[in-house]
Amino acid sequence: MRRRRRLTNGGLDVRPVARGRPPAWRGVAWRSLDDVAVSAERRLTAPRSQDRPFRWKEASFLCFWVDVCSNNMSSASTQFASPRKMGIFEPNHQIGMWGDSFKADSSQNTGASSIVEAEIKLDNRLEDSPRTIVGPSKKYDQEANKPTDKVLRRLAQNREAARKSRLRKKVYVQQLESSRLKLVQIEQQLDQAKQQGVYIGGNLGESTLGLSGSVNSGVTAFEMEYGHWVEEQNRQTSELRAALQAHVSDIELRMLVESALSHYDNLFHIKAIAAKSDVFYLMSGMWKTAAERFFLWIGGFRPSELLKVLSPQLDPLTEQQVISVCNLQQSSQQAEDALSQGMDKLQQNLAETLTSDSSGTSGVSDYMGQMVNAMGKLEALVSFVNQADHLRQQTLQQMYKILTVRQAARGLLALGDYFQRLRALSSLWAARPREPA
Amino acid sequence: MDKVTKLASQRAVVIFSRSSCCFCYSVKSLFHELGVNAAVHELDEDPRGAEMEKALVKLLGRKSPVPAVFIGGKLVGSTDRIMTLHLGGNLVPLLRDAGALWL
Repeated sequence: MRRRRRLTNGGLDVRPVARGRPPAWRGVAWRSLDDVAVSAERRLTAPRSQDRPFRWKEASFLCFWVDVCSNNMSSASTQFASPRKMGIFEPNHQIGMWGDSFKADSSQNTGASSIVEAEIKLDNRLEDSPRTIVGPSKKYDQEANKPTDKVLRRLAQNREAARKSRLRKKVYVQQLESSRLKLVQIEQQLDQAKQQGVYIGGNLGESTLGLSGSVNSGVTAFEMEYGHWVEEQNRQTSELRAALQAHVSDIELRMLVESALSHYDNLFHIKAIAAKSDVFYLMSGMWKTAAERFFLWIGGFRPSELLKVLSPQLDPLTEQQVISVCNLQQSSQQAEDALSQGMDKLQQNLAETLTSDSSGTSGVSDYMGQMVNAMGKLEALVSFVNQADHLRQQTLQQMYKILTVRQAARGLLALGDYFQRLRALSSLWAARPREPA
Repeated sequence: MDKVTKLASQRAVVIFSRSSCCFCYSVKSLFHELGVNAAVHELDEDPRGAEMEKALVKLLGRKSPVPAVFIGGKLVGSTDRIMTLHLGGNLVPLLRDAGALWL
């Protein structure tokens, strides 16, 4: 028969302190020595986790107390067996001594205080040699002080505080980890956005005085619209692919082809508006991805390149078609060359305008005249960009005239795919692992 | 206006342009590439250039009339029109008809 030990005795709180021990233990209110013993055993034998350092002092204290109390109750029970199993004590020898001390001091309070003293001594001992806890039993004999409730309470409070701070640390570390992940994600997104030509506003220095507000809005409007355009383009490309695979009728294909062509017309339209707003921005190609920019020609793709991409996809072609395609290739190349030469001439002219009269003898009015002249020349850029877009548009239209509907669908699919892959290449390139500088 | 038409009918291909206009240079370059010997009249170098420019504006209905291309005495248009024709494969036949090309 086991005597129940009052747990509130002298402030001695032997309820289990939640120090990262297995969840099943939390909230358990011990009401008997059995529970104490079992918990102590569990604590000593449970698998160690990182935030639960092995609490020798705690566990051993529990074992001691179990031992002591069991002895006090003078019942040979399994509690003795438990500590023995743990290999920490020499129970027989120690129990005897403790039993004596208890007989000497029979009040519950003093018993508890002795235990506390033992624990304190135990702490010191255990710091050095956790595995040999034979010594303290002797010290235990010598102690006979009144129980220090305050000490007990403080110890318990310390335990609580330590537990709380460990929990807080855990939460903090988790927050840090998630913030770090988020930061990495945001950096990646920023890289991607830069690659896709988000205008970070660095080039607005050259724009006309006092109009930077409107120029900026023109540019941002274009960027937004272009973003939508690309999304729609991807959608239409997938639709074309699905339609071709499903072998839909020519009528349906024609509808898809015509909507794709008018989608390109939309692009040229928004480009024309953007060219009036900021032609240099358009020509810089910053609104395109990096790989697309590599192929940039007067603010867009080359018409002749378009044909080179399309032609292999269009077999089989009739002889007439082959001739027509060849002619188209030749004339688009010639038109391209003509525009390129015009651009070269513009560069030359501009350079000449800005370098004339640099001897300094001319005065401010001549300088202003020079600038006005140069400004006039720059306005021609808008015409060039518009004409280049016109070439692109005409090339597409002509191809549609030469080809059958099915061939045109295949060609547009190939074109959409090509640009999609260029964009994907840009992203991959931006995200590639780089060697540290 | 008469001056314009007179000049336009003198040769198979007549281009009115401005020497400073690089856009006009593109058209000139294209015809040169095609092997056409076009007669080029620079409006800013001609004493009656301003007059002719006004006439061309009326003909073309555009703010900037140059370059203005006449083939076989008839007004074809500006760069846009020329490019469209060329990509459509219609410019060369037109030139051939006007006698500007012999191939």
